[in-house]
Amino acid sequence: MRGIRLGDRLLHIYTWIIIVWLSSPIAVMILFGFNDKKSKSNTSWQGFTLRWYAELFDISDLTVALRNSLVIAAVSTVITVVIGTMLGLALGRHRFRGKGFTNFLVFAAISTPELVMGASLLSLFVSGNVPRDANTIIIAHVLFSVSFVVVTVRARIVTLDPSLEEAARDLGATAWGTFRQVTLPSIMPGVMAGAMLSFALSIDDYVVTSFVNGSTVTFPLWIVGAVKTGIPPQVNVMGTLIFGIGVLIAIGNAVAARRRT
Amino acid sequence: MRRLTPYLLALPSWLWLAIFLVVPMAAMASVSLQTGNAIDGFAMTFSFSNYSDALGRYGTQLARSLVYGGLATVAMLVIGYPVAYWIAFKGGTRKSVYLFLLLLPFFVSFVLRTISWNFLLSDNGILFGTLKGWGLLPADFHVLATTVAVVGGLTYNFLPFMILPIYVSLERVDPRVIEAAQDLYATRAAAFRRVVLPLSLPGVFAGVLMTFVPATADPINAQILGGTANTMIGNIIQTEYLTNLNYPTASALSFTLMAVLLVGIFVYARALGTENVLEAAAR
Repeated sequence: MRGIRLGDRLLHIYTWIIIVWLSSPIAVMILFGFNDKKSKSNTSWQGFTLRWYAELFDISDLTVALRNSLVIAAVSTVITVVIGTMLGLALGRHRFRGKGFTNFLVFAAISTPELVMGASLLSLFVSGNVPRDANTIIIAHVLFSVSFVVVTVRARIVTLDPSLEEAARDLGATAWGTFRQVTLPSIMPGVMAGAMLSFALSIDDYVVTSFVNGSTVTFPLWIVGAVKTGIPPQVNVMGTLIFGIGVLIAIGNAVAARRRT
Repeated sequence: MRRLTPYLLALPSWLWLAIFLVVPMAAMASVSLQTGNAIDGFAMTFSFSNYSDALGRYGTQLARSLVYGGLATVAMLVIGYPVAYWIAFKGGTRKSVYLFLLLLPFFVSFVLRTISWNFLLSDNGILFGTLKGWGLLPADFHVLATTVAVVGGLTYNFLPFMILPIYVSLERVDPRVIEAAQDLYATRAAAFRRVVLPLSLPGVFAGVLMTFVPATADPINAQILGGTANTMIGNIIQTEYLTNLNYPTASALSFTLMAVLLVGIFVYARALGTENVLEAAAR
């Protein structure tokens, strides 16, 4: 028995080591957003300051890049959630011709490497002389996120008892009324999960965006472009704020889900 | 109307996927057989030699990407399995807390995380600089711009995608099955090898798929953590497309990469048995 307990305890410690390892770059990012650096490079600790929080928006092209990322993420999330939920409903609730092929398309969009997706989209835009700008970025972001919304919504709808919807129809609700008052509320957790996932995928994307951005710069593209000259502390601060907001939303969502059940 | 409903619901996404996923693949296939240059334009010449030229020039980087992707996948499996095992069987009521902690890095941009590693591992940075100051490391010790840095970065960045599917398959294992094995005089090691491990294979399969493909095709880790000797195929495709505007070569390389990955997946699926593939795909 002692041997078993020792093995489990070692695995417990090991799990924590892995968690610390996974989180260490986050700690570095947060810490160096408070670094009172004097030289150009932000690589050694030189004292605590809140200066970069006060001067958060002083680098104008970085601010533009962040704003671009937020707008693109918001727009592509709205499109993705609407069309993804529709397809999720179709696949989870209905039988139709071409369903197998549609499932394959959804699976293919998830499993295509980002690099190949970006490269092939650029091939299309170059062949069709389509100018690359924020619109082409949105097209690409909807493309790589839509399958995730489809999958989360479908997973939710198959657990929902279809007799609830039938009961609503029997009680005289219209098709739209049934959807709005019965179906939508019950699939809402899946829709929200899909929305958060597509927002996160969009705001984080570098690879696909780098192919289709033209001269529009997003937050990740700006950061990679700045690696050679040195990352300014404002990037750390923005990363810290995005991290904090994301964690808060996730925890709030988990608490709300627990309260519902 | 009722019969049309599913088609109308499916149509927008279907069009999006067809126009922006399927058609671009055809466009890329076509571009990969063209010749010309960015100024005078490209014309279809069915020059299959684009492929042999591209492979001749960049075969090394393609092979290197597969090796790096493979090494990182093996590392993730070895590092991640025990974590998934412990959380699934010993996590108790705090399972979701541990999973949340494992997913914490995803709240920070991929690019930013990789840059943080560049920063942590820099030759005279907070880690190695300090150790060198204490005389614990030779002055010329470095990790950046080596294979270790790139494979380590890939392992770090994709590890949660390995842990989660393995966790899901282990979590489904009924503890009574393990008890039964032990009642039948299996040692703990034998019970693990003959009961738990086979039951977790679908998770391992899904985990390997979810990590090997993106790790092999990733350009960021090599760009930020590697040196000139660690260039991967992703970097080459990016440069050929975006800097050299050599679309035919870049398209041929992208196609080759995808073909190699697909063949790899297929061979691997055959080796593991198709039921596992179907099960993994069905999730």
